[in-house]
Amino acid sequence: MTDPVPEQANAGDPPLLEARDIVKRFTGVLALDRVTLSLRPGEVHALVGENGAGKSTLIKVITGVHRPDEGEVRLAGRTAGFADPLDAQRAGVQAVHQEIGLVPDLSVARNLLLGREPRRALGLIDTRRMHQTAARTLESYGVRVDVRLPLRSLGVGAQQMVALARAVSVDARVVIMDEPTSSLEPREVETLFGVIDRLRGQGIAVIYVSHRLDELYRICDGVTVLRDGRVVHQGALADLDRLRLVSLMLGRDVAQVRSEGVTRFSGAHEASGRPVLEASGLTSRHLLDDVSLTIRPREVVGLGGLLGAGRTETAKAIAGVLPLDAGGVTVAGLPVRRGSATAAVRAGIALLPEDRKAEGIVPTLSVRDNIALAALPRLARAGVVSDARIDRIVETFMKRLRIKATGPHQPVAELSGGNQQKVLLARWLATEPKVLLLDEPTRGIDVGAKAEVQALVDELAEAGLAVLLISSDLEELVEGSDRVVVLRGGAVVGELTGDELTEEGVMTTIAAHTRENAG
Amino acid sequence: MTTEQATADTPVTQDAYAPSRRDRTFGLIQRHGATAVLVLLLLVGSLSFARFPTGENLGDIAITSSFPAMVALGMTFVIITGGIDLSVGSVFALGGVLAAYAVRWGTVAGLLVPLAVCGVVGLVQGLLIARVRLAPFIVTLAGLLGARGLLLSISHEGATTYLIPHGTVLARLGQGHLFGLGYPVYLTLVLFVIGGVVLQRTGFGQAVYAIGGAEDAAALMGVPVARTKVVVYVLSGMLAGLSGALNAARLSSGVTILGTGMELDVIAAVVIGGTLLTGGAGSVSGTIAGVLLLGVIQNLINQIGDLSSSYQQVVSGAFLAVVVVAQTYLSRARRL
Repeated sequence: MTDPVPEQANAGDPPLLEARDIVKRFTGVLALDRVTLSLRPGEVHALVGENGAGKSTLIKVITGVHRPDEGEVRLAGRTAGFADPLDAQRAGVQAVHQEIGLVPDLSVARNLLLGREPRRALGLIDTRRMHQTAARTLESYGVRVDVRLPLRSLGVGAQQMVALARAVSVDARVVIMDEPTSSLEPREVETLFGVIDRLRGQGIAVIYVSHRLDELYRICDGVTVLRDGRVVHQGALADLDRLRLVSLMLGRDVAQVRSEGVTRFSGAHEASGRPVLEASGLTSRHLLDDVSLTIRPREVVGLGGLLGAGRTETAKAIAGVLPLDAGGVTVAGLPVRRGSATAAVRAGIALLPEDRKAEGIVPTLSVRDNIALAALPRLARAGVVSDARIDRIVETFMKRLRIKATGPHQPVAELSGGNQQKVLLARWLATEPKVLLLDEPTRGIDVGAKAEVQALVDELAEAGLAVLLISSDLEELVEGSDRVVVLRGGAVVGELTGDELTEEGVMTTIAAHTRENAG
Repeated sequence: MTTEQATADTPVTQDAYAPSRRDRTFGLIQRHGATAVLVLLLLVGSLSFARFPTGENLGDIAITSSFPAMVALGMTFVIITGGIDLSVGSVFALGGVLAAYAVRWGTVAGLLVPLAVCGVVGLVQGLLIARVRLAPFIVTLAGLLGARGLLLSISHEGATTYLIPHGTVLARLGQGHLFGLGYPVYLTLVLFVIGGVVLQRTGFGQAVYAIGGAEDAAALMGVPVARTKVVVYVLSGMLAGLSGALNAARLSSGVTILGTGMELDVIAAVVIGGTLLTGGAGSVSGTIAGVLLLGVIQNLINQIGDLSSSYQQVVSGAFLAVVVVAQTYLSRARRL
């Protein structure tokens, strides 16, 4: 593809892009706290951190989507207060996002060259030359397609390559890649790395956001680890071993782990009997690769892994929300129709989603109505629902889950985060599920409420439910689960029980080298 | 990595990204479905009715279709951006009344006054939609009422009907023939050719498609979103005004009650022609097929004679429903 590239990232070069002491608040919440980042020409810099660490905010500040409250972004030594993303693009700061910023119904060539089409007399677009140029450009990115086809007809990986080619060909000086490989095939990843090498040779600086450790160590020079809006580590990636990087990202110091322990989990339950949930071979292109797991009644199984490892996807697949290419789920021995959320609910699977605002709570409805929502079909007789029956159920759960509200008729929006979470939990418990999938049940709620939700999870398992627990809080995961299945790149890479089940054990499993199979 | 079948030295082949045959078939149906049905209807009509395939009858279809066709051309642009223009029926009538009113100052005025006023109606609507970010449906609904009100005030609540005297150049523009086809038919064809070139071969055309396909992405790619939207509504207004002016010239008078409900026929023709109501895809050639299709259906029902012409509406409605269902199904199937 390209000639071997001389090492260009000399320490003596002045920084090409600099973010200095960036502070950004959203309605009082500190999203970035004096974050500093600097890139030399030709440097590929890894930006890592878990959900909510501030990566996206930092990228948005750099690309002009957000204005920093304090601090400044400097490009080639000059202050660059980008008014909007277009302004940043004109200055040579290009971002390639996960959700591709192209027009699916336009042809590949028109997408690639939109606004820069080759012209003929009268300013008309020269279609033939446009197609030739587009085909030639894309070929150098390993994409050989009929450029006259709509972009939509391409695979996601090829679409991403088109987006990248477009970004880079507009005189880019800084390219930001947000999880660029999340939907690429291995061979496409190789092509991407070739392109990055070429950018490096041209003195373009790259910010590379990814959670795939193998990729980071292969392609990146420097690294910045963000956590809770602060830089917790900055330096050369080669000086940082994998376990240390994982522990920095997760915020769990290997040594510090043993001295603490403040969750409200009681510890192991007596899991008993045959598995109530059996998921086997769950496979979905780019997301899940042959994930199998079982949960018995009274058992809490944790899902470990970094962001994007496939934890949420696994839960969604079990709940029938994520379309699957292969694999299946059985509840109490009976198969559940694949890809049907309704069938999953009927079989007794309840999913408490990660984003409760977007996917769960109906904020304008009352506590009572929110709880009754999922159970309505079961409560109805000939389509008519008895108010008295609903009231009884709502009262039971408000008491049992200790939901703090002025009454069943208070709008849910007025409740605290923890109580909203409990309302959601109540909604699903009202359907009398056998399997409870909890995706980040304690995220974004205060410490007290967190402990209560944790205690509830314990209680529910005691009461005979099979529970799947997803948590980025490593401590919560380890303390709350009887068994932890560790995912990486959408596949199961380890399972920890008993004495192995420690925070260090989980981190070591996450950090372990992947088999070299990507060729 | 999730899959192991690929190795580094496998070239990225075209096959890997070639669209399926099903995909291509769907695309063909979407783009040329209206044309195919039109050809079919022309054949069936010619075989069934002796009076159908005569030059006179076909010329009649052409001239009656040419007026909605001009309006539909503007509407095609609007709908491809993902918008809608409900005001065109009123603006069409307004254009006719203005032409008849202004012809006293000469033919040039008789054409320019409606073009200018209707362009301004489009401009105001476009600014409200693109800059103030109001919903096109509401803005152009207001435009529908406003334009109708304006024309009523000019015609004194419809009490005054302005005439376009026979023998004036404007009247001849509307009524003249060349090789059996009315002048407006030729003008319509020229406008459609220009429209097609603009849509396919200019930056403006690209912007129209890009905005309808993904507005946010288009903005990020540097497309002048607001400006393009404004221009599209101005175009739609001007084309509706021009069509109305020529129609008045053909009828020799600015009839105030024309154009009621025309916006719906025009939208139907555009959608039948394969332009997606959701925006981002469509073509002017499809639109012309859509307009002609509705015109031929009406003509054939008239040929049957003992059928009430009201059935034309039933048939057109049913046809539209079929097309929209097919479109929804096709686009869903393609996105899987």
